[in-house]
Amino acid sequence: MIKLFKVKEKQRELAENASGGAPIKKQTAGELRLHKDISELNLPKSCAMHFPNGKDDLMNFEVSIRPDEGYYMGGTFLFSFQVSPIYPHEAPKVKCKTKVYHPNIDLEGNVCLNILREDWKPVLNINTVIYGLYHLFTEPNYEDPLNHDAAAVLRENPKLFESNVRRAMAGGYVGQIFFPRCM
Amino acid sequence: MADTSPQPSRSRDLDKLLLRPGNLVGPRFEPGPETRDDLQAYARVLVVGAGGLGCELLKDLALTGFRNLDVIDMDRIEVTNLNRQFLFRLEDVGKPKAEVAAKRVMERISGVNIVPHFCRIEDKDISFYNDFNIIALGLDSIEARSYINGVACSFLEYDSYNNPREETIKPMVDGGTEGFKGHARVILPGITPCFECTIWLFPPQVKFPLCTLAETPRTAAHCIEYAHLIKWNEVHGGTAFDPDDPEHMKWVYNEALKRAELFGIPGVTYSLTQGVVKNIIPAIASTNAIISAACALETLKIATECSKTLSNYLSYNGTQGVHTKVTEFERDKDCLVCGPGVLIEVEPSVTLQKFIYLLEEHPKLWLSRASVSHQGKNLYLQAPTVLEEMTRSNLSQTLFNLMGKVTRDIVHVNGTATKNDQKISCMRKLLVVFKGTDGVADMDTAGGA
Ligand SMILES: [Zn+2]
Repeated sequence: MIKLFKVKEKQRELAENASGGAPIKKQTAGELRLHKDISELNLPKSCAMHFPNGKDDLMNFEVSIRPDEGYYMGGTFLFSFQVSPIYPHEAPKVKCKTKVYHPNIDLEGNVCLNILREDWKPVLNINTVIYGLYHLFTEPNYEDPLNHDAAAVLRENPKLFESNVRRAMAGGYVGQIFFPRCM
Repeated sequence: MADTSPQPSRSRDLDKLLLRPGNLVGPRFEPGPETRDDLQAYARVLVVGAGGLGCELLKDLALTGFRNLDVIDMDRIEVTNLNRQFLFRLEDVGKPKAEVAAKRVMERISGVNIVPHFCRIEDKDISFYNDFNIIALGLDSIEARSYINGVACSFLEYDSYNNPREETIKPMVDGGTEGFKGHARVILPGITPCFECTIWLFPPQVKFPLCTLAETPRTAAHCIEYAHLIKWNEVHGGTAFDPDDPEHMKWVYNEALKRAELFGIPGVTYSLTQGVVKNIIPAIASTNAIISAACALETLKIATECSKTLSNYLSYNGTQGVHTKVTEFERDKDCLVCGPGVLIEVEPSVTLQKFIYLLEEHPKLWLSRASVSHQGKNLYLQAPTVLEEMTRSNLSQTLFNLMGKVTRDIVHVNGTATKNDQKISCMRKLLVVFKGTDGVADMDTAGGA
């Protein structure tokens, strides 16, 4: 290819003055795939999306979930999504922005959902993740606890768990911890 | 053999490859001193990364006869680099890797000019990368590889028969090592698979379930990830963890130690903490040397055609004995990054709405409900409602205006295609050419309506 390099070098010298266009923003492969995921979303009415940075930044968005059954019915829970440029090789990073009394979500917003970590696969998509999150509210499980206390109560006394959840969602204390109203 | 008044010097071994004909040479190889001189005068190579692989690559390329090298790296030298990043000395700690590496190689190898760039790869605009004939990658992250791959593939153009135009091919030589294992590969965009065609080659990162970290840690790594992912936020709330801040790393290490003590788990050390948090696998100097040597050789072969290039992926494993293997991976024909894209010619007066309708009728696409993006701008999205509403007003505008009045460019679309009566969702890359503007392609080859 050396001959080609020689030609190119000559062209480069010629073009030196001519160029100077505005730098182009590169669209990453992750963005392209996310574009597809998002334009194909098929969300239940109980889930809504927000794009705080406008229509051209899909890599950072929020999803609000409003369960219509189960312990958390009537509450609204906001999640932030951060998507990597090598998505879907890597799972989106998801945090719960609403403080919630939940066995699988801790008070800092970390979420224990297998498909976000150990079971993530590139064939999964944003739709699967949102359904997974929705599922956490209709069927919280005490076997994968992040909030140890909430998990213990759910296991031992579901009635008390239910009233704790209602109290937290209405805005109030469960034990020492205050939960702002989210319904 | 013709007497070429051999220089007894540095190029003696190289001359044996470049001055003599051979059976394994490329079809256009012309033996003789001109090839050697052209290599020195015209070949411009960018080395991305000045770490373990980058140091080796710079030295190897300089000793191979390349004289115009650039190196880009955003990192500064750390004490822990010194065992293998052999261009650096203790007194260099804290200085930019790219600058010190360039200086050291130039001191030792006369006639070589190396320009260092102490910055992030994203800080350079695209034209910077286009000035190089070959890009050699000595990186340890998938993100960085994916970025450079996207840049290199963006120069690629195809002719009307969907063959890559040679002068637009930006060859890449990629090396990677993890402990005793490594790979070297040649990426000729449009000819051999690009990084994105074979991204599945990279194993997914090991991620522990958060609840395991919180409830039932069993290993030292569990304790470290607990401190890093859970405890840090609990205590520092707003402050984001910075893996390059030694104070942050110390804090995580101490918390991990406490947790390990609590659960009676041995093995938490500072270096393991760094390793787990930054996802680093211990680097072996010899592995870097072997992989870099293979990469430098391929760079020479691409430039001079003195031998056929690796086709196209060499894996090396020195864990038990030594095992190397070359695998010829295949391109993903529909790759969104290196694929040709479907040519679509339209009038500049066509609105986005009409364009989306044309995709439905296009015999190579039959794509309905298309969403369209161009250079990072979302022109139209079918869903969700909030984005559909934000982009709806674009539908009545002309595509030509929405694309900034360029004469031709790549756009990406996705939607539902109908194949054998089955509806499948798909993403496609399109090359849009506006008729009657300067950049019009061959009219006869237009693929549709
Ligand atoms: Zn590709």
